[in-house]
Amino acid sequence: MMRWQQYLNQHPGQASLVLAGLILVSWLVGWLRLPAVALGVMYLAGVLGTIPIALRAWSALRMRTVSIELLVTIACVGALAIGEPNEAAIVTFLFLFGNVLEARTLAKTRSAVRALTDMAPQQAAVVDAAGHVAAMDIDDIEPGMHVRVRPGDQVPVDGTVVEGTARLVEAVITGEAAPVAKTTGDQVYAGATVDSGALTINTTAAGEDSTFGQIVALVEDAQDAQAPVARFIDRFARYYTPAVMVIALLVGLVTLDVRLAITMLVLGCPGALVIGAPVANVAGIGRAASQGILFKGGATTDALAGVDTIMLDKTGTITTGKMTLSHLHDFVGHADADLALLAAIEADSQHPLAQAIMRAAREQHLPLPSAPAMTTVKGRGLVSADGRYLVGNLRLMQSHQVPITGDAQAGMNDIQRHGDSVVLLAVAGQLRLAVGINDVVRPDAAAGLTALKQRGIQHVVMLTGDNHASAQHIAAGLPIDSVQAELLPADKLTVVRQAQAAGHKVAFVGDGINDAPALATADVGIGMGGGTAVALDTADVVLVRPTFATLTQAVHLARATRSVTRQNIVIAVGTVALLLLGLVLGVVQMASGMLVHEASILVVIANALRLLHHQRGPKTTQLDQHQVNVAVTKVN
Amino acid sequence: MMTMAILKLDGLTCPSCMQKIEHAVAGVDGVQAVKVLFNAAKLKAKFDPHVTSADALSTVVSKLGYTVVGSKVKELA
Repeated sequence: MMRWQQYLNQHPGQASLVLAGLILVSWLVGWLRLPAVALGVMYLAGVLGTIPIALRAWSALRMRTVSIELLVTIACVGALAIGEPNEAAIVTFLFLFGNVLEARTLAKTRSAVRALTDMAPQQAAVVDAAGHVAAMDIDDIEPGMHVRVRPGDQVPVDGTVVEGTARLVEAVITGEAAPVAKTTGDQVYAGATVDSGALTINTTAAGEDSTFGQIVALVEDAQDAQAPVARFIDRFARYYTPAVMVIALLVGLVTLDVRLAITMLVLGCPGALVIGAPVANVAGIGRAASQGILFKGGATTDALAGVDTIMLDKTGTITTGKMTLSHLHDFVGHADADLALLAAIEADSQHPLAQAIMRAAREQHLPLPSAPAMTTVKGRGLVSADGRYLVGNLRLMQSHQVPITGDAQAGMNDIQRHGDSVVLLAVAGQLRLAVGINDVVRPDAAAGLTALKQRGIQHVVMLTGDNHASAQHIAAGLPIDSVQAELLPADKLTVVRQAQAAGHKVAFVGDGINDAPALATADVGIGMGGGTAVALDTADVVLVRPTFATLTQAVHLARATRSVTRQNIVIAVGTVALLLLGLVLGVVQMASGMLVHEASILVVIANALRLLHHQRGPKTTQLDQHQVNVAVTKVN
Repeated sequence: MMTMAILKLDGLTCPSCMQKIEHAVAGVDGVQAVKVLFNAAKLKAKFDPHVTSADALSTVVSKLGYTVVGSKVKELA
């Protein structure tokens, strides 16, 4: 019996084909005026059709689940018992055939994610200690193994380069379409492709543990994580199906009309209702994933669709975060020595400002002195243990009673007028240096934010720890409603909470590294820093391609997914209502009821499939040439 | 010391299949956690390798009438 069931599970098409044949034969024979034979063939079809459905109903029942199959089975057994084999045969045929179509179309809704998983590397060329190269299955690769890649190859693992140089396209992970140069010591990611050159890589993670593997796992989980409305319907369906059985039984007992009772069983099937919402989730999340937008689940798409306020971090989100040192004002006449000291102090910091200073010192070939150990003062800067060395913003200097001379004030004003960030260095209570660090607004920020406002986002807010002047400078020319500057990380959280308390639904967009608390508190946290492990952990939505067009598309897809979900629920409930009305009016029979049911299932799936081809959103994949020109002009 | 088995299944079509498989695998001795990914058609199970094995879990799933296309085993730290 088990083998039978497995066969039927794998070849549902053949079962429905056999049924269709038998039904046709019966009609043909009936037309040839052999009613007894026709009836016999029809009974055979009815019984044969009921068996696989009954088997499925039974195995679900053993799991204490009242399934749709159980409703259909009882209805068909009833139809056979009251001498209506044609009803039973047609209902089972429609049900089985509907399942086949359902499975086919469902597979299509999953195709977007299939495309992503198919990109996962399967094999790696492993180099052993003796230098021999052998192909190995990706599942057998352990951290510490060395793998080799050549032009055209896909990088099979996450790891560090131990030998060679190459140009890699890391679009899958970082969204950056242009090849990036990699050499010894650099980090590479599984899923990148080798444009030119060759590398030997020391594996740090492979397969499911790699960043790419985690992205795939995240999307797979997300497709199963239903929106709240779908979860509600799921719970509802659990009671709905048994309720239909009870109602049909009551109707049968009261009216003594078995035919009516079993018709009600078929009409009550919750087919489209059960599938309508999840199928929209699968298609919407799959479509998003194929565009580099990773949603963590249905609850996230639902929340993003309802957002009316978007708060964005400035550095690395509104701006590119690729900073350069633009101004240098020294107040004691040792510019080089002080810049070297500043660089030495900042050497261990991962902060983008610190890295810009390091780069400037390196470019000027300044030898770095030894630096004192520093501790971080959140939102202000760094202080040495004895308080002699101070690196940070104006607030830090003021809190340590460093006098700000007129000269220094003029220097800072000059930097801030250009919209750049200021970093100050003081030694022994004396201000030595003010450097300005320039950051570039993302080229599509204005277009993207305008598109969001047109789509009904009421408030666009910029948050930054930076000073007011440079914040205003960046915000000027962008459709930003309000700017909150000089915030500590905890302040950002407070701003988000205040907006929520005022009844707004807030999405916070950050780079996923410095903004974890705000990302977690917002109704939707959007990480715009590429598919890094940190971003995957803290954000609800990860934009692999950090552009505003992608952000706009994420909002657009979330809304499209929500509206398809709602439409599907209306279609499903409407179908059941219409069928019941038809039953009362006496125009709906068991077989025609099943036909309408199966049709409604296909309609909701087809409706969800529209999400896979949704193109009404803003242009996503490429900047137009004008935007590129603008960006290039700004950089030069 | 636990082990994670990831079984790739041959397409799930009904949510009740998922419950069925989840219940059955969860009932195997030594299995600590089971999760069936409906849309990805994957089963992830955390189990004690001294008590049961990935092959045993595959057998349970096949006995329910579903085809296991592939399996992977990963040791968890």
